Amino acid sequence: MTERHDVIVVGAGHNGLVCASYLARAGRKVLVVEAGDSPGGAAATREFAPGYSVSGCAQWVYQLHPGVSRDLELERHGLQWAARDLASVLLDSRGCHLTLSGALIESDQLSGDDREAWRAFHDRTGRYARLLARVFESRPPKLVESNLADRLTLLRLGLGLKLLGRDDMSDLMRIVLTNMYDLMEEYFDSPQLKAVLSFDSVLGARMGPRTPGTVFGYLYRRLGENFGYNGVAQVKGGMGALGQAMAASARVRGVELRLGCRVSSIDSVDGRAAGVTLASGEQLRAALVVSSADPVTTFKGLVGFRHMETGMARRVSQVRCEGIAARLHLALDGLPRFTGLDGARLGQRLVIAPDMNYLERAFNAVKYREYSPHPALDISIPTVNDPAGAPAGCHVLSAIVQFAPYGPPGGWDGPSAVAGLSHREHFTALVLDKIAEYAPGIKEQVVASQLLTPVDLERDYGMTGGHWHHLELSLDQVMMMRPFPGATQYASGLDGLYLCGAGAHPGGGVMGLAGKNAAREILRRGAAA
Amino acid sequence: MKKYDAIVIGAGHNGLTNAAYLAKSGLSVAVLERNPYIGGATVSRELYPGWTYSNCSYVCSLLRPEIARDLELPRHGLQVVPYGGGVTFKRDGDYYGNYYDHNRQYREVARHSLRDANAYERYATDVRKQTRLIRPYLLRRPPDPTSLKLRDLRDLAGFARSFTELGEEGLADTLRFWTKSVGDYLNEYFESDVIKAHLGGTGVIGTALGVYSPGTAYVLLHHYMGDMDGNVGSWGFARGGMGAVAAALAKSVKAFGGDIICDADVDRIVVRHGKVSGVALKNGNELPAGIVVSNLDPRRTFLDIMDRDDLPAELVHKAGNFKIRGSSGKLNIALDGLPTFNGLDRNNPLMLGDMHFTDSLERLERAYDDWKAGTWSKDPYVDMLIPTQTDPTMAPPGKHMMTVFVQYAPPRINGGEWTDADRAGFEQSVIDQIAAHSPDFKSLILHCETRTPREIEAEVGLTEGNIFQGELTFDQLLFNRPFPGYAQYRGPVPGMYMCGSGTHPGGGVMAAPGANAAREILRDLRLPDVVPGGYADD
Repeated sequence: MTERHDVIVVGAGHNGLVCASYLARAGRKVLVVEAGDSPGGAAATREFAPGYSVSGCAQWVYQLHPGVSRDLELERHGLQWAARDLASVLLDSRGCHLTLSGALIESDQLSGDDREAWRAFHDRTGRYARLLARVFESRPPKLVESNLADRLTLLRLGLGLKLLGRDDMSDLMRIVLTNMYDLMEEYFDSPQLKAVLSFDSVLGARMGPRTPGTVFGYLYRRLGENFGYNGVAQVKGGMGALGQAMAASARVRGVELRLGCRVSSIDSVDGRAAGVTLASGEQLRAALVVSSADPVTTFKGLVGFRHMETGMARRVSQVRCEGIAARLHLALDGLPRFTGLDGARLGQRLVIAPDMNYLERAFNAVKYREYSPHPALDISIPTVNDPAGAPAGCHVLSAIVQFAPYGPPGGWDGPSAVAGLSHREHFTALVLDKIAEYAPGIKEQVVASQLLTPVDLERDYGMTGGHWHHLELSLDQVMMMRPFPGATQYASGLDGLYLCGAGAHPGGGVMGLAGKNAAREILRRGAAA
Repeated sequence: MKKYDAIVIGAGHNGLTNAAYLAKSGLSVAVLERNPYIGGATVSRELYPGWTYSNCSYVCSLLRPEIARDLELPRHGLQVVPYGGGVTFKRDGDYYGNYYDHNRQYREVARHSLRDANAYERYATDVRKQTRLIRPYLLRRPPDPTSLKLRDLRDLAGFARSFTELGEEGLADTLRFWTKSVGDYLNEYFESDVIKAHLGGTGVIGTALGVYSPGTAYVLLHHYMGDMDGNVGSWGFARGGMGAVAAALAKSVKAFGGDIICDADVDRIVVRHGKVSGVALKNGNELPAGIVVSNLDPRRTFLDIMDRDDLPAELVHKAGNFKIRGSSGKLNIALDGLPTFNGLDRNNPLMLGDMHFTDSLERLERAYDDWKAGTWSKDPYVDMLIPTQTDPTMAPPGKHMMTVFVQYAPPRINGGEWTDADRAGFEQSVIDQIAAHSPDFKSLILHCETRTPREIEAEVGLTEGNIFQGELTFDQLLFNRPFPGYAQYRGPVPGMYMCGSGTHPGGGVMAAPGANAAREILRDLRLPDVVPGGYADD
């Protein structure tokens, strides 16, 4: 038995660290317990081949909340940007790329009508994203058993809606429920523009552009604008540096951080969370336990269904958290050459998703536990902006690949349709073929490669299902339905246990708001008690 | 020419319902119908000598009982005969059957999965809870959330109250139900593929969505919220075919003094001095009227029979973007005798209900993938019935009629028009699927009428062959149906109204849109409300 803490935070992912810092700042004695050897969780940097390292899971920062980064003084604690406000380049195999940089589009093929429609669309959705950003900065309101704080949140939301004006308000209430495919058809002609926008709407989601609710996914991506990001940003030293900065900030505020300690259970005494037991058998006690792990890991793995009410246990088993995105890291012995892409744009975000139907077909596969024969990719070459990640003259290409199922029949190492190749090898080959359509010659440059499937992401980062938002960000799992009814507002149904991870409102995306909102809620309740 | 107070364009069931209420209030009303027969998609036609086909809509349940009673439809000849049963055949030769008897139902589900048998009760209770919540809103005008008018605010408050009564978790569950896919929803209860497929099919009927598309759980409800003689969720056949519904409504219209004029093809709604002044027919005649109600779908109403200059530009834009893609087709088949189905005795009560041949959600979803790719489903989902077992009036003695609703069929094939060869291919995929489970089926076929979205559009005038006059996706429901700002049955021009399934609460031969529109018209005329607004409490 060691010394007693006020709060134990399970997991040193970015939300865990943010939450711990805020609690420590308010005078709580906080211990963060992390299974991995470095802080950051999904925001960690890993060496995947000798001399080559890369952000293992999350690759871009595009919506880290400025309040969080200011309160934690991240820049003082070592956070540096390798590049900010990067554009998204939709690759074209013939070299007629479309570059989207905030509200600006560069393309030779865009009609005047499309440009005008884009301006209208961008302004309009920007207003909706602003409203959403405000909603995300506070805990999700309860609608029935609401108290004053909830009513204020609802009032702000209602007022925000009204202030949009009648046209915008009714438009928002329609499009947030609709799908990206139809909305794009309403606005634009250019297949490229439609594709790059709908790609954003389904990134990380088990959805195709035709899936209702995808417009919400797009608005979610647009949140960053309100947090000071005009495009994606790249952290110097990889995402791990962000984790390190957060850890440094937490330590300065008095948070104790124990790495390499896996929590094996969250313990309760008399129906109240009282501490955790580590894999080593060591027991740690605290008045409160806060879990930044995903809800399934938290409730099923750590609390245990036998300590929970059956209705609640059923809800936990019903949440949808199957990841569909894989990560491919390539170690290259030189700078890849993409057809028609100048060197300056190589450091930006490169997207392969030629049109919406391509994207939709790619999605079809994952519904049947298959991987896309023609996948869609979100590519970064981080070593262009930050050469430290690879030996001199060499480069790393790292991509999010959609869609990859959690478990193809027989598992990822099981045999694929192609003789002699496992699913993993076959999919890697498919992805390489796809990249080579845009960057001929890249295959000869590959020194090493690593494919992280949802199963690998689950194992490496402890995210059930390998979903980087912990839970699917679909309309039935957001706001007061996140993670599930009965466990909203960061409380969990078990007294003394709170949630602060991406599985809680408002979700993931290295935003930090789940951790911040959770800390505020814990402190508020503490004051009331 | 006689001057009418109100003209209703289209003698579908909603147009007739609307006209009946206007006539009942003492207005002089005419219903104009393009076809030589009435009914729209609520129609029975003899397309093969001796056989009557319900060749569009084919079963009856959602027709609001308040309206049927109020307009005395039984007295005007409507008789709805309930049917039970329902079966999904499996590829392995087994089947899952649906029984009304509770114990038998339990045993049948348990035969496939004991766990599912125990979950079934919970599922039924939960769906019923959602049904109970929505039913009172069928015969009401949807409130406009952007409005500050007293009536809207009051309706919204009432709406909010009925939701808050559910409690925090109940409310969240309801919101989830509305936003979930039917596949995900059923996965929460069941493990057996065939049971999920049997229940899941109703979540996509008439909708250009797959079983894994969010929002389809609600469509499931659309097929549970009807009732027969107070028996919620049950279904029946209109004796003599669905045309009997339209015929009874027409008699009711006439009994109240309304006129029904067939072969009257409307060219446009005439607007003068910013107000509706009548309709112009294609034959050059003009019928004056201060009120014109369109039973056509929103696309046709605004883009075909109204002058763009009479409409606000944003409305033309909204109508152009209104989602009304067809997703289904229909086969109507005259049979020389009752076909036999593998594993079923011909006296088995399961024969009386809906039959399906899709035994997993995956097959349902793959059928949808074909629609997305711009072609008909190679392995379609069918909802097949042989109503002549219950209603012998529709075929000669000993003979039978089969109605086969087929999903999916896109409005266009790979961007081009349907050709006769496409239609033949579509027909073949359906007949082959049925024949795989019925050895004598093909030899019994005397006549087959195959309707793709092309035929449905040409005959009934439903744009792109969409059976609900607009997709039932959740961005097109309630105050968004047909589009934001126009969900309260009023058009943009004084005197112009909408009463079709493209308005709240949507399609399914409910007659609710027609009644709701009539209520709004009477209100604008400051006439007493004669339209039933409550609901039969279950």
